[in-house]
Amino acid sequence: MPQNAASVLDHNRLFKEPEYQSLMEGKKVFEDAVPDAKVKEVEDWTKSWEYREINFKREALTINPAKACQPLGAVLAAAGFEGTLPYVHGSQGCVAYFRSHFNRHFKEPSSCVSDSMTEDAAVFGGLNNMVDGLSNAHALYKPKMIAVSTTCMAEVIGDDLDSFIKTAKQKGVIPEEFDVPFAHTPSFVGSHVTGYDNMMKGILTHFWTGKERKANNSVNILGGFDGYCVGNNRELKRMLGLMGVDYTILSDASDVFDTPTNGEFNMYAGGTTIEATKAALNAKATIAMQSISVAKTLEFAATTGQEVVELNCPIGVTATDAFLMEVSRITGKPIPAELELERGRLVDAMADSQAYLHGKKFALFGDPDMAMGLTAFLLEMGAEPVHIVCSNAPKGWEDKMQKMLDASPFGKEAKLYPGKDLWHMRSLLATEPVEFLIGSSNGKVLERDCNVPLIRIGFPIFDRHHHHRFPIWGYQGSLNVLVKVLDKIFDALDDGSRNDVDFDMVR
Amino acid sequence: MSGLRQIAFYGKGGIGKSTTSQNTLAALAEMGQKILIVGCDPKADSTRLILHAKAQDTVLSLAAEAGSVEDLELEDVLRVGYRDIRCVESGGPEPGVGCAGRGVITAINFLEENGAYDGVDYVSYDVLGDVVCGGFAMPIRENKAQEIYIVMSGEMMAMYAANNISKGILKYANAGGVRLGGLICNERQTDKEWELADALATRLGTKLIHFVPRDNTVQHAELRRMTVLEYDPASKQAEEYRQLAGKIHANAGNGTIPTPITMEELEDLLLEFGIMQKEDESIIGKAASAA
Repeated sequence: MPQNAASVLDHNRLFKEPEYQSLMEGKKVFEDAVPDAKVKEVEDWTKSWEYREINFKREALTINPAKACQPLGAVLAAAGFEGTLPYVHGSQGCVAYFRSHFNRHFKEPSSCVSDSMTEDAAVFGGLNNMVDGLSNAHALYKPKMIAVSTTCMAEVIGDDLDSFIKTAKQKGVIPEEFDVPFAHTPSFVGSHVTGYDNMMKGILTHFWTGKERKANNSVNILGGFDGYCVGNNRELKRMLGLMGVDYTILSDASDVFDTPTNGEFNMYAGGTTIEATKAALNAKATIAMQSISVAKTLEFAATTGQEVVELNCPIGVTATDAFLMEVSRITGKPIPAELELERGRLVDAMADSQAYLHGKKFALFGDPDMAMGLTAFLLEMGAEPVHIVCSNAPKGWEDKMQKMLDASPFGKEAKLYPGKDLWHMRSLLATEPVEFLIGSSNGKVLERDCNVPLIRIGFPIFDRHHHHRFPIWGYQGSLNVLVKVLDKIFDALDDGSRNDVDFDMVR
Repeated sequence: MSGLRQIAFYGKGGIGKSTTSQNTLAALAEMGQKILIVGCDPKADSTRLILHAKAQDTVLSLAAEAGSVEDLELEDVLRVGYRDIRCVESGGPEPGVGCAGRGVITAINFLEENGAYDGVDYVSYDVLGDVVCGGFAMPIRENKAQEIYIVMSGEMMAMYAANNISKGILKYANAGGVRLGGLICNERQTDKEWELADALATRLGTKLIHFVPRDNTVQHAELRRMTVLEYDPASKQAEEYRQLAGKIHANAGNGTIPTPITMEELEDLLLEFGIMQKEDESIIGKAASAA
């Protein structure tokens, strides 16, 4: 046997051993396998224009959509509040999925409970699960707040969270004054981005409704669904700190998904405090860093009398300028010299490397706001986005994107694919090749399949560590994005010039 | 939105909910009220008398055509009928498949998000049969219908259904603002019908808000896909619906938390009015030949 206690092989090596190789070869006999040549033939055909046209006529099937379901987003939104236990009214399996998703992305524990609905709950309704679940979660995990969202099952049978939570309180399993905001997040509608929005709106509705607003000079920041919240929120705090602005980041998961190893498990690290969330009603304005990801929340914020500012994942000089100038305009605080210096350095860095990005053709996929932010950045660098796939694009996304593309000479070739999936992207990459692909770890298969280097920016990033610790927003964040893109460009350049006269030490 | 009245009509299938609700709402429109009807029945027949149509295109059938609900606009699903009453049907799956309850949730969410409730005085939900699942309870969730009107008759099963619906309302009433507005008895000419309906209302902790007498004018109007109010506004029956509309209009905030009774109590009630004979235990299980 290849595996023995003296030298334990992990799966990366184990299955390459001759025993396993022959086993897998032998298995084909039982699998009715077609000859390799035939597999190759069909594979090649699926990369043809003919297949692409068939593929784009696809109606009733989705293959590898670049999106997840609503409650995933709801859990992230909830996790960003102090002492808050995300609670999903539904089946256990769903919650295991949300937790493992965040584990794998942040490499951190993700605390989240379900009330474990099973068949009897599907028949009789999930009220008993809610009552017992709130009771147990409150007693065991001692949260300051429990934020409830739902899975498909609870939504199909029509469980009403509002009445369930009130009933649980009447039964006395949790104190009457204990905060239990909630949001209905049917998984079969929208995406994780919609779920984030619904939960955020649910939390703010819970704390703000019926309260009188006394406007002050502070600003609220809504990050939206952000896989880089650890790095981005810290960068936001640094920038806003430098400006001396009074601000509240509504949902700040930067600490809970980046806890130190100091011997003690901290289930509820950091987060926006309940007091700050209540007080945020009085803010002069709410700035959405990813407005599509918090569209309904913004509408709600506007009804309180707050000014709302819509940004779309500000990456690059122009987008960061816009963010800082909006903050400055709203608060009356000037942009400090330190930030101007950083801006100059970013412009310098971009100018240094611009020749390597100019005219390069990119495909990209990601959440609607991120697709906008990345596109803006590519255009700013003179790179040419060609295929832009957004599986969870809402109405209006295409128009906004098209406007941005039309305004730049580098956007002429770009085509937008709202609602399409990564199998569509495969056809695009196979028939109209580009030089680089930007997206989450889900693009990894395309990278190999279509021989296009993948630059990992997005959510989830499962197969590279610690990316989420580094911001992608602001001047510093833009610098990180620039370096990510450049590193891949230089790797590709080196790969292509191996053993050649062009294999240069200096690039 | 504070002025918006939201009401819902529930009742046993075939009891005349849709007929009663449309006639009543037509009378409310006559009083100058701006009305939106939300039909919550896969049969989609809650608006036919107002629209003079067989069945309106439903939110869900249009959504299925367009791809998803998000692809719809309010104008696609909203029709305007008699006296500018706005009509929407949620629709639902074919019998035997899918989940009609989820359809109701989807449709109501769509309407709220797209501002269908803006600028109307009344939203009226017309809900099929019983409160059979969470979806059909959607109209009685918090911030939806404030008062429920149960359409019933003196028939045992209609009363049974009315009691069941009260149980559904009670579940939500304790935690929220929904109340039972009253019973509407649609006359079937059963024995002591008015007395029985009134007694049931008392037992349920509510009142018999109106007793609608049987009148063939309703059938004549129905055949023409019209409400009585439109078909024969001067008729006695039209006046009945006007009275009912007036009572509902004056009933804002007077709803109660229902006190549903047990099946035994319900049977006792029927006994009391001599509708049912006391059970003769000796005949149970004996075939005709053995008697």
